[in-house]
Amino acid sequence: MNLYREHIMDHYKNPRNRGTLPNADMTIEESNPVCGDKLKLMYKLDGDRVNEVKFEGEGCAISLAAASMLTEMIEGKTLEELKAIRDEDMLKQIGVPLSPTRVKCGLLALSGLRKGLKQDNLAGYGNS
Amino acid sequence: MLDPAKLRADFPILTRRIHDKPLTYLDSAATAQKPSAMLEAMDHFYRNHYGSVRRGIYTLSEEATGMYEAARETVAEFIGADSSEEIVFTKNATEAINLVAYSWGRSNLRKGDAIVLTEMEHHANLIPWYILAKEKGLELRFAKVTDGGRLDMMDFEKKLKGAKLVCVTHVSNVLGTINPVAEITKLAHEAGAKVLVDGAQAAPNLPLDMCELEADWYVFSGHKLYGPTGIGVLRTHAPVYEAMQPFLSGGEMINEVGLGDVTFAEPPATFEAGTMPAAEAIGLAVAIDYLNKLGMDSVREHEQAVTEYALEKLSAIEGVKIYGSKKAEDRVGLVSFTVDGIHPHDLASLLDQDGVAIRSGHHCAQPLHQKLGVPATARASFSVFTTTDDIDRLATSIKAAQKTFSEPVKA
Repeated sequence: MNLYREHIMDHYKNPRNRGTLPNADMTIEESNPVCGDKLKLMYKLDGDRVNEVKFEGEGCAISLAAASMLTEMIEGKTLEELKAIRDEDMLKQIGVPLSPTRVKCGLLALSGLRKGLKQDNLAGYGNS
Repeated sequence: MLDPAKLRADFPILTRRIHDKPLTYLDSAATAQKPSAMLEAMDHFYRNHYGSVRRGIYTLSEEATGMYEAARETVAEFIGADSSEEIVFTKNATEAINLVAYSWGRSNLRKGDAIVLTEMEHHANLIPWYILAKEKGLELRFAKVTDGGRLDMMDFEKKLKGAKLVCVTHVSNVLGTINPVAEITKLAHEAGAKVLVDGAQAAPNLPLDMCELEADWYVFSGHKLYGPTGIGVLRTHAPVYEAMQPFLSGGEMINEVGLGDVTFAEPPATFEAGTMPAAEAIGLAVAIDYLNKLGMDSVREHEQAVTEYALEKLSAIEGVKIYGSKKAEDRVGLVSFTVDGIHPHDLASLLDQDGVAIRSGHHCAQPLHQKLGVPATARASFSVFTTTDDIDRLATSIKAAQKTFSEPVKA
């Protein structure tokens, strides 16, 4: 089984939604110091729905391709739907079986999103 | 000169196929594969001679004790120690360094005392000192690494002034650089400092002579030396023993115990509390016998040849950057490198698909990687059974990875 199938290489080389989002409603940084991977995930909301999403960062092909895929997964979704994304959903998108050491790379962006959602909740409580 | 192709038959794991390809094992610097003789010796010990070491009066116990102590003799001879009493068995090099930090460092270093480390240390020779420094209020100084990947001796001498302890690796596990340990210990002793040398990468690659190196403590792991996991070595000697407090305490490290008082056994027993990994010590001795039969001078010569070939092959690939000295004689058998546009983890995954096992990451040397300006590198490391064919397969596989990453993808 080739880990670096076209699907992954496509997202790695032609990342979707790569860039920055000024005045984002949510900005979160996530990293894996073990391999030096760093991601920044941002989105703007329209009501409770993700209107625009961007990511930037550096890292291995798996973590960057997964981040690109995740932005496609969450665009147009509600915050509740974002919270419901499971590890399996992300791994299914990646589509190739990852070895235990590489699963971390595949889930880095999703782990960032979860942190961001918690941060978002806190901000929400603060505002009310 | 060794015949690595012939030696391959001594290592049963080399018949494994990985992703339906023959195994090309290039991660010996992380851990070495095991010769049959070692595996059989451990099995034989458990099946025929196993008993409580140093505790029983019966035949099996006495046989096991004899074999365990003979292993200590083998280790002492292998590294040119004066006697087997200088050898303490530990779990690995990491535990040996922790032992020194705890048993000597804690009782001999005081607030404001300085320890000299280097920028090329493995985390094993950093973290125990970070923890001790925090606890005791010690100063940590880091001797620099030059752009050529060597220890900056001018900087080292500057930082040595007034220091109480020097902790230095004999060989860098990232750069492969061999440090001038004999010179370092001479300078340190003149300055009144003690010296701990991390020999984890040196012991499998270089002939060692403790009398020549004169380090106060020399440590290494058995598993990198073709021996089993769970066994390591700390070498020190009488004048230093006197200043060391017990580390782990408990059974068999005592002389006499009353209700609330204790006198300790003589070293090395003082530092071997509890039931020790006897089969592992015996396995290590057999791995050392294996190396002795090959001859450490021949091992060194072979690894030099492979390293030279690897440096030549890898630097011929466009986009490959090699870290450390470009001269094989400055190094042991390991080469760290990066490939433009491919994260080392991606490279290692792609190589694995071809059955090629290399290390990728920071190799437990993050400060050195910060200095090199990269979060991670790939590392190929060699052993007695590494052939030039292995290096050719590595090069072919790197080129295939470059192709995978450079091919345009259909949108």
